[in-house]
Amino acid sequence: MDIAVNWVALKTLVRKEVIRVARIWVQTIVPPAITMTLYFIIFGNLIGRRIGEMGGFDYMQYIAPGLIMMSVITNSYGNVVSSFFGAKYGKHIEEMLVSPMSNATIIIGHVAGGVIRGLMVGALVTMIALGFTSLSIEHPLVTISIVLLASIVFALLGFANAVFAKKFDDISIIPTFILTPLTYLGGVFYSITLLPEFWQKVSLANPILYMVNAFRYGILGVSDISIGYAYLIVVTFVVGLFTMNLMLLNRGIGIRE
Amino acid sequence: MYALSIKQLTKTYSNGLQALKGIDFDVKPGDFYAMLGPNGAGKTTVIGIVCSLINKTSGKVEIFGHDIDTDVEAAKACIGLVPQELNLNIFDSVLNIVVNQAGYYGIGRKLALQKAEQYLCELRLWDRRFDQARKLSGGMKRRLMIARALIHEPKLLMLDEPTAGVDIEIRRSMWDFLRRINAAGTTIILTTHYLEEAENLCRHVAIIDEGKIIENARMTTVLRKLQREVFVLSLREPLSEAPVLAEFETSLVEDYELEVTVESGNDLNTLFARLNESGISVVSLRNKASRLEELFMGLVESKQGTGRAVPS
Repeated sequence: MDIAVNWVALKTLVRKEVIRVARIWVQTIVPPAITMTLYFIIFGNLIGRRIGEMGGFDYMQYIAPGLIMMSVITNSYGNVVSSFFGAKYGKHIEEMLVSPMSNATIIIGHVAGGVIRGLMVGALVTMIALGFTSLSIEHPLVTISIVLLASIVFALLGFANAVFAKKFDDISIIPTFILTPLTYLGGVFYSITLLPEFWQKVSLANPILYMVNAFRYGILGVSDISIGYAYLIVVTFVVGLFTMNLMLLNRGIGIRE
Repeated sequence: MYALSIKQLTKTYSNGLQALKGIDFDVKPGDFYAMLGPNGAGKTTVIGIVCSLINKTSGKVEIFGHDIDTDVEAAKACIGLVPQELNLNIFDSVLNIVVNQAGYYGIGRKLALQKAEQYLCELRLWDRRFDQARKLSGGMKRRLMIARALIHEPKLLMLDEPTAGVDIEIRRSMWDFLRRINAAGTTIILTTHYLEEAENLCRHVAIIDEGKIIENARMTTVLRKLQREVFVLSLREPLSEAPVLAEFETSLVEDYELEVTVESGNDLNTLFARLNESGISVVSLRNKASRLEELFMGLVESKQGTGRAVPS
């Protein structure tokens, strides 16, 4: 691999992805901000006042880290799946495939675009949250590292979805039927200690639970699960998904006849 | 070392279609090479495999000595592709499309912008550089794809029906442009349905049919294989019936237009001698069809057994 060529190609790809996010900001930045504002108003403010405390914090504070993480996850995923599938559908993916840019660079460039959008939306949602409640970051390193890793995981998942997708329906099936239920059941709105023991054990199979709780630990200092496990799972997902995507591209699955 | 060397290339698609059945050909550096064939013959499959857009089933492909199996990135760096189907990001600007492509080939942004200006000016797109690609006409989109393919100054340019659907004026200006870059040293491989285009531009020709090469030689050699050519003569005086000219088949199209078939082994000097003997004065003369078209149809139809005149 020619490192100099791939470095320039990576910068070009990331720049292109960032320009895309900025060009369609009404679709990429505004909707999650509005959705999260509604969550804070309805769940945090109106319903949360009746719920009282959870995990030693008022309900609004408790759900804020989960909602920030949820917006990061969905936007990282959504950006990559729509950008890469759009390139496939419009056939301009061929611009990349005919070039000497390596498959690893293609993945990293798209994932970087997804992470940048995820973190931009995450920062915006954090600012919105601060309009409703106060948040102090207990463990800054954990907060930053876990949000970054979670964003990478879901950007890689979005990439895999786009590789397999053959029509636009295919890029909405996983977010609708898998990602959203797992996010809602991943401890964003509640502590799993409130669940019966059986469902607590079932919840432990949900990877999003670890990300939400690790992020909540970073901000509030409380978590339902071990932070060490959370890192182990997230890093395993990053390595596994990157390897899987690389193998898919190397074999030409979903992108070449 | 060849610009492109293909050995025993086969491709069978997942639906069982055997698109290529063992193709061999070599293209020398600096050549202008035509690949011709009917729809579905396998031309686009060859281009797709060479450009790493289609996985081959078996065979060997080398681009300037770089094997696409073992040295694919170096092989890709040598190629520029103008595909048959439009594959532009229609929401991106003309300038971004070209500069981004340069970036994918490792060309830094500053240099890429300079090259983009050069090629967009040459292809008369510089004034539209900030427009989204979707706002361009069909001919402009084709020229944009050529600019994009050339931005990294490839040694081998592959054009898959680059003038399909563009008007005659743009087609001629694209021909001039392609001749210039070929003269400057770029090897060009072209597929086209306009046989006149191949005859005008290319020095070598390969004819592909049903996944096999049925002819591969210098254009002049191939054209020499024509058994017969039909000429249309414009006459100074009208005729009421086709004249009888020894050794030539004639038919009257209109009062002032005569078709004459010249078999191989005969020549135009003899034809004009016969016309003079008959007192027929000719104002102008043209081929009824492109010579290559005659040959192409002869080759393809003889292979399909439809009985047209077969070149020797």
